[in-house]
Amino acid sequence: MIAALTQLLIFQLIGEVIARGLDLPVPGPVIGMALLFIVLSLKGGPSETLQTTSQTLLSHLSLLFVPAGVGIIVHLSRVADEWPALLAALVVSTFVSMAVTALVMKTLARKAATGEGA
Amino acid sequence: MNPRITELWVYLSTSPLLGLTLTLIAYQGAVWVNKRCGGSPLANPVLIAVTALVALLLATGTPYQTYFDGAQFVHFLLGPATVALAIPLYVHFRRVKAMLLPIVVGLIAGSLTAAFSALLVAKALGASVATQLSLAPKSVTTPIAMGIAERIGGLPSLTAVLVITTGILGAVAGRYLFDTLGVRDPAIRGFATGVTAHGIGTARAFQESEQAGAFSALAMGMNGLLTAILLPVLLPLFS
Repeated sequence: MIAALTQLLIFQLIGEVIARGLDLPVPGPVIGMALLFIVLSLKGGPSETLQTTSQTLLSHLSLLFVPAGVGIIVHLSRVADEWPALLAALVVSTFVSMAVTALVMKTLARKAATGEGA
Repeated sequence: MNPRITELWVYLSTSPLLGLTLTLIAYQGAVWVNKRCGGSPLANPVLIAVTALVALLLATGTPYQTYFDGAQFVHFLLGPATVALAIPLYVHFRRVKAMLLPIVVGLIAGSLTAAFSALLVAKALGASVATQLSLAPKSVTTPIAMGIAERIGGLPSLTAVLVITTGILGAVAGRYLFDTLGVRDPAIRGFATGVTAHGIGTARAFQESEQAGAFSALAMGMNGLLTAILLPVLLPLFS
């Protein structure tokens, strides 16, 4: 587990150095993810310990958002002032963008499938 | 108050132990509630844990910073967890390659819809400009969204709250929306969740299936990148 965590942190560190060094708009961990993906593709897959550690970490992904979520406490007054507009914007846009993405993909995936069949 | 108790409280409120432990307890409790509700997306663990902790901080008058001094150890793990998303992505990559066209077109459509539908609704309802700009990047994973908000003139810490709220909404509503629309492919369900509801949606997608989780993680990364590039360019055309 410690070996796997060390690997993950090394990739995050490299990602962070690249992101800040080149002044990229993408955060370090996302670049670290891309680098690890490239290494896995070259190596032909993750080691068993990396696989199990990652699975454990990702199965509790929800936990990791709790501290930032509690940050709403700092913005309670602005949220209280503008909550109808905020809530409407968030609800409408969440539903619409999920529906648009899913329907566009479904249509194109079906086309691809029938195209192959023809 | 009894001096011993005061002394104890002074110790606890300055050490990170309490904030960290409370975060883990709130999460365990939220997971327990979620299980009791048959894993229903309505009983979202992030929503339950955050609500409980906010109520506790307000009731005890504890400042957020004091809480975060302890909770930051959990928050820190977001970094390595993001890196770890490479593994499910690798495992499911053959399916990703096969679906490249729907993925790219779906991403562009979803990303633009997420940002501009929020802007339009907020503008129509008379939200302040700072609030509108803080809303625009709300479907993007927290660190990227805060960076975008800063660049376009929003309030980064308000954006963080809106990002998390969006994530919770998407995680709660996704299953019902996709069932209603007749979208059954776990790859599409996962990807649409990730475009809209970033990491919290991804956590939910992993609960549905590993394939949905992998596609959600992919969508989260791609949408972060696309929004960071597109939004600062397109925003002047909008206003």
